[in-house]
Amino acid sequence: MTTDKTQPTSVPTAEAGAPAPRTTLLRALTAAGGAAAVVSTFLAWTWTAEFPGDLTVYGYPGGLQLLTLVLGIATGVFALAALDLKGLRWLTPSGSTQALRLLALGTFAVTWFTVIAIAVDLDGLVNLEPGGWIAAVVTAAPVATTFLLPDDSRPLRRPKELPSWAEILIIAAVFAIGLYVVNYGIQTDADHPEPFLGYLIAVGFAAVALVKAGLISRISELTTSYRSVTLVAALITAIVFPFFQDKSSFTELGVNIAIFATVALGLNIVVGLAGLLDLGYVAFLGVGAYTAALVSGSTASTIDVKFPFWAAVITGGVVSLIFGVVIGAPTLRLRGDYLAIVTLGFGEIFRLAMLNLDGTSGPSVTNGPDGIPNIPPLEIFGFNFNDDHSVGGVTLDSNGNYYLLMLLVTVVVVLIFSRAGNSRIGRAWVAIREDETAATAMGINGFRVKLIAFALGATLAGVAGAVWAHFQSTVVPEQYVFAGPVPPNSTFLVAAVILGGMGTIGGPLLGATLLYLIPKKLEFLQDYQLLAFGIALILLMRFRPEGIVPNRRQQLEYHETGQLDVPGATGLKDGAVGVTKAEA
Amino acid sequence: MTTTTTSPVLTATGVTMRFGGLTAVQAVDLDVHPGEIVGLIGPNGAGKTTFFNCLTGLYVPTEGSVAYRGTVLPPKPHLVTQAGIARTFQNIRLFANMTVLENVLVGRHTRTKEGLWSALLRGPGFKRAETASKARAMELLEFTGLADKADHLSRNLPYGEQRKLEIARALASDPGLLLLDEPTAGMNPQETRATEELVFAIRDLGTAVLVIEHDMRFIFNLCDRVAVLVQGQKLVEGTSETVQSDERVIAAYLGTPFEGAPGAEEAAEVEAAESGATGGATQDEAQRGPTARTEDGQ
Repeated sequence: MTTDKTQPTSVPTAEAGAPAPRTTLLRALTAAGGAAAVVSTFLAWTWTAEFPGDLTVYGYPGGLQLLTLVLGIATGVFALAALDLKGLRWLTPSGSTQALRLLALGTFAVTWFTVIAIAVDLDGLVNLEPGGWIAAVVTAAPVATTFLLPDDSRPLRRPKELPSWAEILIIAAVFAIGLYVVNYGIQTDADHPEPFLGYLIAVGFAAVALVKAGLISRISELTTSYRSVTLVAALITAIVFPFFQDKSSFTELGVNIAIFATVALGLNIVVGLAGLLDLGYVAFLGVGAYTAALVSGSTASTIDVKFPFWAAVITGGVVSLIFGVVIGAPTLRLRGDYLAIVTLGFGEIFRLAMLNLDGTSGPSVTNGPDGIPNIPPLEIFGFNFNDDHSVGGVTLDSNGNYYLLMLLVTVVVVLIFSRAGNSRIGRAWVAIREDETAATAMGINGFRVKLIAFALGATLAGVAGAVWAHFQSTVVPEQYVFAGPVPPNSTFLVAAVILGGMGTIGGPLLGATLLYLIPKKLEFLQDYQLLAFGIALILLMRFRPEGIVPNRRQQLEYHETGQLDVPGATGLKDGAVGVTKAEA
Repeated sequence: MTTTTTSPVLTATGVTMRFGGLTAVQAVDLDVHPGEIVGLIGPNGAGKTTFFNCLTGLYVPTEGSVAYRGTVLPPKPHLVTQAGIARTFQNIRLFANMTVLENVLVGRHTRTKEGLWSALLRGPGFKRAETASKARAMELLEFTGLADKADHLSRNLPYGEQRKLEIARALASDPGLLLLDEPTAGMNPQETRATEELVFAIRDLGTAVLVIEHDMRFIFNLCDRVAVLVQGQKLVEGTSETVQSDERVIAAYLGTPFEGAPGAEEAAEVEAAESGATGGATQDEAQRGPTARTEDGQ
């Protein structure tokens, strides 16, 4: 498109009030670039439908073109907001340029990824239709213009007061969009990695762009002021998830995510709140799963009993609790890294013990490597979990049933986490984590408090394990390793907690979701999962040590620096948008 | 010596602390009576902080015993605090990533009972206890002048206020005796003055205070009684005038040549042994000159 580079004007033109004409021009060009990108998605990019997601149709964007379309629209709209168009200003409460850059880069990256993938998959550039070339060129243009734009980052602008119903509607809309975005990712074609990779690129750029624009801060302000509404919205979103899935395997993904997220949240009590590094946490999941399997009435179980489900879950939790206390009591008296070493050992001992309790190497309890299969399907009050059930015209299959059951467990664990964390005992955990000597000098019995955290974590894992055993209908020792390509393993859980953000509720849930979903969708990654873990963690520690979701205390810190260092934050007039320090 | 008829809050009898062959604190006796402010001074490496650690259960004294209101204390920090002795640290040890209010609430730990179940079930008892704890904590923040910063992270407070917060946190356990380890270290004269007022106010609340300090003006203004510790032994104990005029004290501080004067090496040895014994957890005796500060604060 027409992106003649404007001559770099050397005269600093920034005056308070009106932005320089050059800036306006660049923003207009960016908007035009966004529009052009949108138009280009209506063209055919390739001639054959062999490339996943049919990109051959004129006038009907499909597959990866949709991502370019959405990002193109976003770029255009944000550029218009940067031009101070009435009614769009709310989009950029903390500056537009960085968000624009990221959106333009995202559009560019997705489009070029698609074009290159077409050329590579189908062997040669010849497979590109003119539409593909046009898309590649027009998406590059906004990148150039946005990087010429002056940076206009500013402290968060105070939003206009909205009536509370409008704010609640915004929260609902955010969750609806969130559900849609997650659904889109889950439902991408599992046989080809391209759509999901493109999705990751698009979501990654868009998410950072929204952060830079200040929209995420706005939303989190809203969610904090309407806590209960947010919780209800989150719950509803989670409940309706299985009803939107057209394939049972997608719901199964949901069940597994719910289970691993719950276990990660349990681990977060131990690691995030109390600061105890537990490297064998998956063993407690295993204790719960094996216990539940043994008392489930499975034909393969060596104990001939059949507990009802609730009793099996409680038994799983209690046995895990006992193991937690037995492991924790001698080690928690020590400080430092001893616990990490002991739990690491316990994790391996558990797996080896389960392997050897097969009747030949040891007493016959677990059938060794064969595990305990044929765990009978759950039945609660005559509701068989393996049958399909119709709810209001929508059929829930077995995965859907288990998903809702698992969701219940997740909600319970979230409640336990938030209630325990925000109490006398939770403060004692954090105090121990921060400075154990000072904490004991404040009258906290360090050993006792740490043991409670450790045992609580173990119990929650045991409960989740009991549900998981029923869902899987089989337990085998090889699921409970320290590190491996398939979750759950202890590394996976610790990584989920650290990646998401220690000490938060949302962090481990998000971390576990990402760590489970990404390798699941990108089959080729599975062999490199540990490598990917490592790289992801190193990058994270370098660029965002507090995790994706920083905890309340760290948020508070940002909040405070905003208050202390920039006293004039609220003094900025809404009209003074284009003013930048960079250009002055 | 102040004449008090009441029984002492703190009775330390023959407290001795040896690290291997080195005796950091040797047979120190010390009484603190209710409503008293007692100072503990001495050159660097004299064993003041070690003595404090023995009192609060961070160290297990090799010999001797510590009694609070007549009851001998077990050498466990949390039990000592429970009994009614609270302390601050020489190098500030706040819970850096907790808010100011939360720091004080942690100090309430021994005076509240709500366990895990009550936290999970959130009954009326839990809410009542939380509200009461918060009210008491805010009261203490008012008292120390930090109420308007209750929601700040404690690590974001300026230095002087961190010191105050440590005191507020210690007071949260409603102690009968407060141990202050160099409360004015690194403070400017105005801040030192303010701390002095604060300590008087604490005394007026009915809490006895035992304070380690190097600032002689501070100590002699404040204390009813001063004990001097040199090379782990109690040299003199008495009123400010007695101590100030005592030749041995002057000699210990200014190093007038007399045989067997405590040299730098010995002091360094005590230091090394002490910090070695705590595993680097407690850093003993800041490397500051032993002489009294002479700035004019008013």
